[in-house]
This record gives sequence, structure tokens and C-alpha cells, in this order.
Amino acid sequence: MTAVPAPPIQKDRRRLRVHETAIGDRIYEIVTTACALVVPALVIAIAIAIFAAAWPAFAKLGLSIVTSSNWDVGSGQFGAAPALYGTLVSSAVALIIATPLAIGVAIFLSEFSPLWLRQPIGFLVDLLAAVPSVVYGLWGIFVLLPMLREHVMPFLRDRLHLGATPFFSGPAYGPSMLAAGVVLAIMALPYISAVSREVLMAVPRSQREAALALGATRWEMIRDAVIPYAKSGIIGGIMLGLGRALGETMAVTMVIGNRPEISASLFAPGYTMASLIANEFSEATNDLHLSALMAVGAILFIITLIVNAVARWLVWQVSRGRVS
Amino acid sequence: MRALKIAALMMLAVACAKENADQSATSSSTATSSGSVDLTGAGATFPYPLYSKWFSLYANRTGVKINYQSIGSGGGIRQLSEETVDFGASDSPMSDEEMAKAKGGPILHIPTVLGADVITYNLPGVTTPLKFTPQVIAEIFMGRIKKWNDTRLASLNPGVAIPNQDILVVHRSDGSGTTYIFTDYLSTAVPAWKASVGKGKEVKWPAGLGAKGNEGVAGQVKQTPGSIGYVELAYAKQNKLPVAAIRNKAGQFVVASVPAVTAAAAGAAAALPPNTDFRVSIVDAPGQDSYPIASFTWILVYQHQNDPVKGKKLVDFLNWALTEGEKEATPLDYAPLPSDMASNVRARLKTIDLSGTK
Repeated sequence: MTAVPAPPIQKDRRRLRVHETAIGDRIYEIVTTACALVVPALVIAIAIAIFAAAWPAFAKLGLSIVTSSNWDVGSGQFGAAPALYGTLVSSAVALIIATPLAIGVAIFLSEFSPLWLRQPIGFLVDLLAAVPSVVYGLWGIFVLLPMLREHVMPFLRDRLHLGATPFFSGPAYGPSMLAAGVVLAIMALPYISAVSREVLMAVPRSQREAALALGATRWEMIRDAVIPYAKSGIIGGIMLGLGRALGETMAVTMVIGNRPEISASLFAPGYTMASLIANEFSEATNDLHLSALMAVGAILFIITLIVNAVARWLVWQVSRGRVS
Repeated sequence: MRALKIAALMMLAVACAKENADQSATSSSTATSSGSVDLTGAGATFPYPLYSKWFSLYANRTGVKINYQSIGSGGGIRQLSEETVDFGASDSPMSDEEMAKAKGGPILHIPTVLGADVITYNLPGVTTPLKFTPQVIAEIFMGRIKKWNDTRLASLNPGVAIPNQDILVVHRSDGSGTTYIFTDYLSTAVPAWKASVGKGKEVKWPAGLGAKGNEGVAGQVKQTPGSIGYVELAYAKQNKLPVAAIRNKAGQFVVASVPAVTAAAAGAAAALPPNTDFRVSIVDAPGQDSYPIASFTWILVYQHQNDPVKGKKLVDFLNWALTEGEKEATPLDYAPLPSDMASNVRARLKTIDLSGTK
């Protein structure tokens, strides 16, 4: 999961000198130090356990785990390229749908909303994050999939003539990369919107007043004074949403169609790494199969690390840009 | 000084973690020998509704409490192999390789009841059960028959107005005994399937899309006109899904039912050698009334029981299950073992070594 980047604060590394004999302080220090050590130790322990379990598969199959599309348990072939592709594409689709919506909600709530409306709308959007993912999956199966199959997909393909592009072609079954993207978008939306809203509201009043004083319209004020100020926080929120989308398992498994095949069309069923593991782990008895599933988990772990690193770097770039 | 303090804390944390792990390991073993839970088992989800009924009835009658976790056949085999449970349960027999890895020595397969897969489909306007041959099922699931009104299917169903519609194949995405039975059947009855797809709890499907669990497949089929899938008999009956009639080895079209599945077991059991280990497949069984896509489900126990007291409790339970327990199967849509086979299995229980020495 991506960490929310803290707003840049004045760093003060000097420690306050306190009376050394205060026993309460000592206990407090020891307890908090223990907390600070346990969490990173846990992350490292998990990483070690996953990579150790994945090692036999990496040793035997090498890079074919990420490059091959042939996942055939019976013949000992474990190529997870379609799942890797599906994880990245479904998350990208989710962000493309969720980001404008979430930022729109956040801007409305921080800039336009009457005060009495801000609380209830904000609460309802946040509530999306509290819905269990299996509920999204069920909603996906019973509401979203029929709607996509009967209305949205034919509309995109035939009415908008997007069927001519490879991305919206082929038969509309319902379970598809698009369905997974839509469900993930709804799940990622509250994270992006909540963080963006807080960051936008934290923009100093003087920033807005200055822009308005220079004769900016409300839209220009938001575009040129508020959003640039909040940019790094908004990007952090998007990355948090991306983290949610990359790791989501249950809801995606229920709507994506679980076909290990790479297809350009968003209408075609696909697979993700998390759903591959969830589907096959409980019945895997063969050692190489288990190890290959662990390897998929390890790759997902690495991808999450990369996303986090990129998020940090982006936030750092953006906030540096603003200061200079 | 600070570094020392941190190091000391880390050691403390590690020590605590280790102690916890040790504690949980011992607590699970003490729990099984104390009065609260007498036997623990883990494995297949498919027979779980029946097993849980058995365990509660048995606890009422004898006071012996059995704790069963329905974590899937694979997990059951793993836990039994590691000797963390007293018995396992599986929908597919263990392979020789898996048996060789078990830490507690030789394992006995005890068939308990039978399950079957049915073919269910969604074809608006078709109300009579469609007839299928194994060949046609294989061609559909391999993606070679793509339309419902294909002549190979239509010729089996004269007089049924089958619409000109694309076929959407729905299969299980998760590893499951249901898939094992289905692919075992097609591998046995159709050589082309055996050559290109094979059998297993998960296979590389040539066509269609995957749904998780029986409920996933049934939900997908129910919603999508033109779709076809396979689910467990019990699941199909309880949800009143349309099911296909399938041509068996004797050339009869049979709709899945509890008696038709027991008939398949009787047909197959008659051909078993006396020293069988019961790791047998009964798909495509001989017999006029046999339903062809059926299989045993097994409880797995060690031949040599380490703990004579527990071992005795386990054997007593299995004896009860194979006599009184079998009567509970039919109301829950599981097929009981044919009675002469049940007595053969009970005779095999006598070979379990309760001496506690290996």
C-alpha cells in the first residue's frame, strides 16, 4: 500500500534534552522504539519468507515466469505474463476512470460546496472505502456485468464506433478487463478523493485571496493557485489509490473472467496476479506450482515497491518544483 | 549505548515471537488431546456440508468432538502430510509422489460418499433437457463447437428448436475437485481431450472464461444467454439449474441423480480387485443407469496411528460414518456408497495399526 506523503514540514533534528531520570519517559521511549522496530522487521520478514518460498520457481523457470504466457499446471509450465499484464492494465484503467472523478469531487467539496453539503457528501464518498471487497464483487456480478454487456459495451463498440480500435472490439460477455477496471476505480476513488480533499482544504486562504486579488476568476484561481500548491498531495493520493488497485483480489476475481491471455481489447476477459494466487493457492499441492504462485506474489511485491518508489520520487519532484 | 539498547530490544522481540510460535504449536497439539476437541481434520470443501452434519450428530451420540477445516483438498493433503491434523479429506486421490512425501508413513484412502458434476446451460426457449455425448462436450469445451445449432449437437436433439447462438464456455478458475472430476471424465471418454488438455484440479483451458467456485460458474451461466458450464450435482439440485442428459458408456442418456451416481459406483466397484487401495476413478462407469461424471470423495488417514487413543476414536468414527452416516447423504444430495462397497471399506479399516509403534 502506498504511503500518504506527509506535507513538507520544517525539519528539526535537534532532540530536546529532558531530565534523564524521568522513568515514565524511559518506558515511553522503549515502547515507541519497539513499535518502530517491529513494523519494518515484519515487512522484511514477509519479504524474506516470500522470496525464499519463491526461489525454487525462479531457479527452475527463470525469467519465463514473467515473459511466458503459458500457465499450464499439468505440464509444469508457469508463465504469468498475462497476469502481470492484467494487473497493470486493470489498475491503469481504474486510475483513468477514478482520478478525474475523485479530483472533481475533491475540488467541489473544498471550493464550491455549501458548508452543509460538504459533510454528507464527504462522508458518503469515504464510505466507499469501508465496503468489503466481496460486496463490490457481488455488485459487479449482478449489476455491473449485465449493464456492461447489454448497454455500455454495445454503446462503446457500435454507437461510438470504438469497435474499430483494438481496445473496444470483440464480443461483449460482461466479465472483462473493463469490468475489473470499473470495479477497481470505484474502490480506489475514495482514497484519491479523501487525500485530495484534505490537501486542497489545507491550501492557505492567502493563496486563494492573492489569486483573486490579481483579478483571477474562480476557475483560474483553482487552476493556477490552488491545484499547483496541492499537486504533490494529490499525486500521493493517486498513488494510494493505485496501491489499492494493484493488490485487490476478491472483487477483481469475480468480474475479470480469469482467462490467462493477453488481449488488447478491454472487452476480453483477463487475469491478475492477485486473483491467480487466490484462485490456485488452496488446491496447489505440487511443490513447483506452490513455488510459482509464491514467485507471482514476489513479483507483485516488487511492483508495489516500484510504485511506492515512483510515488515518492514524483512527490519529491513536484514539491521541489514548487519551492524553487 | 543507544545501539546496544536497540539490539537488546530486537532480541527481546525475536524471543517473544519465537515463544509465541512455540506456544501456538504446543497449544494446538494439547487441544487435540484434551477434552475440548478430540480429533482434527482438514481438507475438501465439497463434502463439508455432509461432514459437518456427521460431526455434530456423532458428537451428540458419543461425545467425541471433531474439528474440521474446509480449506480445500490441496490444503488437507498438505496438513496431513505435515501431520498437523489427524485426518485429511480430498476430492481427488493423492498421487504416488504426494503419498511418498507424507511424514507419517503410508496413507489409506477411505471413500465416504460420491459426488457428481452436471452440465448446466442457459438457452432461452429450450425447456427439455438437452442431450450430450462426451465427444460433443469435449468439442464445446475445447472451443471447436462454437454455435449452439451446430449439427453435431442438433443431431443428438431432434425436435428441439436450438437457437443459432454463440456458445460461451464457463469453467472454474480456482483449483477444485469439481474440475478434476470433469477433466478426468473427458480424458477417459475422449482421447482428443486427453491429448490436448488432460486432467487436473486446474488445467489450461482452451476456451471460455473462468469463474470462482460453483456459485461463480452458476451465476455466470444464469446471467449469460448462450453459456454452458459444469457444477456439482448438489449445487445444481439445490439451485434448480437446468441440467443436461449425458450419454453413458452403455449408450443411455442419463440425467444426474443420487441413484444414478450410486449406480455408477456399483458398476465400478464390481470391477475392483480385492486388494484395491480405493484410489479409483469411476468416471464413464459401465452400467445401464450409471451417470458418467461421478467420483468418490475420500477421507485420508495414516495406516499407522501414533496415538492409540486418538487412532481408536478415528476408526470408530469412520465405522459409524460408513454405516449410520451414509443414511444422511441422500437428503443433502450426496450419493451414498453402494452397501457392499461400504462393508469392503470397513473391512479395510481393520488394517489400521493402533499399536502406536511404527
